[in-house]
Amino acid sequence: MRTSILLAGISAVCLLAGSATAQDQFAGVTVNVMTQTGAIQEPLQRRAPEFEKLTGAKINVIAVPFSDLYQKVLTDWASGTNSVDAAVFAPQWMVDYISGEYLEDLTPRVDADADIQQDDVGAFFRDFSEKYNGKTYMITLDGDFHMMYYRKDVLEEAGLQPPKTWDEYLEVAKAVHGKDMNGDGAPDFGSCIAKKRNAQSYWFVTDVVGSMTQSKGTSQGAFFNTADMTPLVDNEAFRKALDFLSESTQYGPEDELNLDVSDTRPLFASGRCALNLDWGDVGTISIDKANSKVIGKWGAAIMPGSKEVLNWESGALEACTPEICPHAVDGVNHAPFAAFGGWGGGINAAADPKVKDAAYAFFSYMTQPAQSNADVVVGGTGFNPYRMSQLSYSDLWKNAGMSEEEAQVYLGAINASMSSPNMILDLRIPQNQKYQQVVLDEAISRYLAGEIDKDATVKAVEDGWNELNEEIGSDEQLEVYKATIGAS
Amino acid sequence: MAVAAADMSSEAPPRPGLAERLDRHSGPIMVLPAVIILLAFAIFPLIVSGYLALSRFSLAAGGFTLKYVGLLNFKKLLLGSQQYHFIGTFGTFGAVQWILLAAVTVALAWLLLRYFRSGAVTVLGIIGRLISVGVIMGLTVLALATFAGAGVPGTLVTTTFYVVVGVTVQFLLGLGLALICAQPIRGRSFFRVVFFIPLMVTPVGIAYAFRMLADMQKGPFAPLVRLFGFDEWSWATEAWSARLMVLVGDTWQWTPFMFIVLLAAIENQPRDQVEAARLDGAGGIQIFRDITWPSVAPIAATVVLIRLIEAFKIIDLPNVLTGGGPGLATESMTLHSFISWRTQDLGSSAAVGYMLLFVSTVVCVSFFNFVVRPTRRFQA
Repeated sequence: MRTSILLAGISAVCLLAGSATAQDQFAGVTVNVMTQTGAIQEPLQRRAPEFEKLTGAKINVIAVPFSDLYQKVLTDWASGTNSVDAAVFAPQWMVDYISGEYLEDLTPRVDADADIQQDDVGAFFRDFSEKYNGKTYMITLDGDFHMMYYRKDVLEEAGLQPPKTWDEYLEVAKAVHGKDMNGDGAPDFGSCIAKKRNAQSYWFVTDVVGSMTQSKGTSQGAFFNTADMTPLVDNEAFRKALDFLSESTQYGPEDELNLDVSDTRPLFASGRCALNLDWGDVGTISIDKANSKVIGKWGAAIMPGSKEVLNWESGALEACTPEICPHAVDGVNHAPFAAFGGWGGGINAAADPKVKDAAYAFFSYMTQPAQSNADVVVGGTGFNPYRMSQLSYSDLWKNAGMSEEEAQVYLGAINASMSSPNMILDLRIPQNQKYQQVVLDEAISRYLAGEIDKDATVKAVEDGWNELNEEIGSDEQLEVYKATIGAS
Repeated sequence: MAVAAADMSSEAPPRPGLAERLDRHSGPIMVLPAVIILLAFAIFPLIVSGYLALSRFSLAAGGFTLKYVGLLNFKKLLLGSQQYHFIGTFGTFGAVQWILLAAVTVALAWLLLRYFRSGAVTVLGIIGRLISVGVIMGLTVLALATFAGAGVPGTLVTTTFYVVVGVTVQFLLGLGLALICAQPIRGRSFFRVVFFIPLMVTPVGIAYAFRMLADMQKGPFAPLVRLFGFDEWSWATEAWSARLMVLVGDTWQWTPFMFIVLLAAIENQPRDQVEAARLDGAGGIQIFRDITWPSVAPIAATVVLIRLIEAFKIIDLPNVLTGGGPGLATESMTLHSFISWRTQDLGSSAAVGYMLLFVSTVVCVSFFNFVVRPTRRFQA
């Protein structure tokens, strides 16, 4: 941490000393940057005054709840209001912003910017999250993969191993549920998974379904049949995933259906959960000396997988064999989900040229190793490691308070996910937000609330996705879907 | 007398001067700018959202397009893929539902019959009453069918539930508190201020405060809940408890509004009549029934009407407390419209908005005609 701050300081001093005019480079320029409230907002807000001192540009961070972010940015740009000059958002929304020609092509700027050290950015983020049709539209500020976290001490005491499959996950959760895991005398929870509606919970169903629908590599896809855009929903894999979500709720907090990730993270850090599914944030929150009660007691692993995968033809689950699960490890098919793809910055194409320059300079400043290295090791930032140099144990992590053993499992899980040939890429077809954040989210929420049964849930998702396909154009959607996952 | 009148009518009346004419019309002239501004602000969004309700929004290069789709958005809500969301899923009618339905039918039929026997029947009156009866009957059937058995209420029924139950509870609590605070008790002024505070807090602030208060893990009542052995239960995971929690928050916020207006009305009741009744030995209930209630009834009816209009627009509490969940249990029509808007479905969003406008207008106009106006006549 100290090294990072020192590096940041040196970098700032060099910038100041090296260019006397740099301070005035963007004097009088104000950049309105929109992002989500809380994490992600914090580092932008904190670094804005630093950047203003260096360049003269005033960065005005506008934060809105996550569920409103997509539409707020879109409405502002599509209506021509253009009060938002730049935004930090999910790469999967990029496709809608690009189709409206609202997003600035950053390729020339990135190519000419040696300070951001693009070669150090993980290939997945550099080549997928930042790009669309070969052009760079976003600057990655955060690395995102879903992972599983567990309480090492609780599992050891119970004589259990970290689960490798979803069935094992439920067995472990059931075995330790109700035990006091933080010494406060109150029973704690076997599993904590965010399941709140209209929040960030809908991604977790894909973790489970995907490990059964995608076994032959990333280009196979986990959402639709690449032959005809039929949703991969009316099958045993989706139904088993629904069973998993339902049963895991029995081993979770009483109000799990009303918990978002911002609620489950502090629960894990306060020692109340034996197992947890989340992005990389939990790792850095768990080493926070001020708030974590699980320092030295936690571990992380690649998302559990399945020993059975879906036969796309019959819709039934079949036991893994080397032929149908070529990437399986010990007979378990893992399909780590690159959910969200990491927060990144994009610039409004209609902004004033000087404002665009200042916005790019700000994103460049944020992603440069001096700043990024300091931010990705702090839980409250919402930024997770995405540079190759951040994905191995170094002083960076040591100074942040992470032990080598913790780093091995934490960074190891990210590395294993990122390098998996069977990684699930997030849905990036036009209006993907409707497919996932509306249809899928609503159906899962109704199922978990007991409003509808398994078959009705399957029907709700399938009908909803088919209706969207028809409205937008099935052939066009299929073409984009295949292009984004690299299917032939 | 007749001659004099004829003489007067043959003379041309003196032409009023500009000042006199301005003076005669000063009222409307002074009000006109405000009316024009209000109409512009009210009607413009109404027209635009009307157009949106008949269109499909989609993104296009450099902007967006709106394609006219007729009544498709309304059809989707009432009969199509969004019917479960807006109207709900129907359950099977049981004995209770049939009894309640019969009671409401009889009550509405009696109201209609009373109108036809009143001797003041007009065509407009009949049309208005038929619309009112139709909408109230429709809402009753929907509520009974979707709350019954395996039914799941949609946002229309959930909103109606918030409105009917919420406003009733808030009115009764507000009236009760007002009656207590109107008594010569110690610390009366302090209680008045305390009871009024929730009204001054922004709704979203109240929603967040309630979310913290009702947190089963870390909230201030969590130890109490554990003490009573409810630690394996959460209000947020069951439809009815989640709806009730939204109602509790709404009641906490809006009871002060009822309270403050009714308190003013009670304090303005004729003191001499109350004192005379006391001297004659009348009890508290008698005084309330024969003096207080007739005196405050017009104000009570008006304040309920204002609250009804407001209650239909509930969004902050369900949005912050539960995000509309679990499932669709707590989602109101305004939240439904907001969620549709948030996902680019501007047509559906506007259609929900128009349905809300229709239902709230019919209910509020019916309430005005059947409750507010009779109480005014009663007072006169």
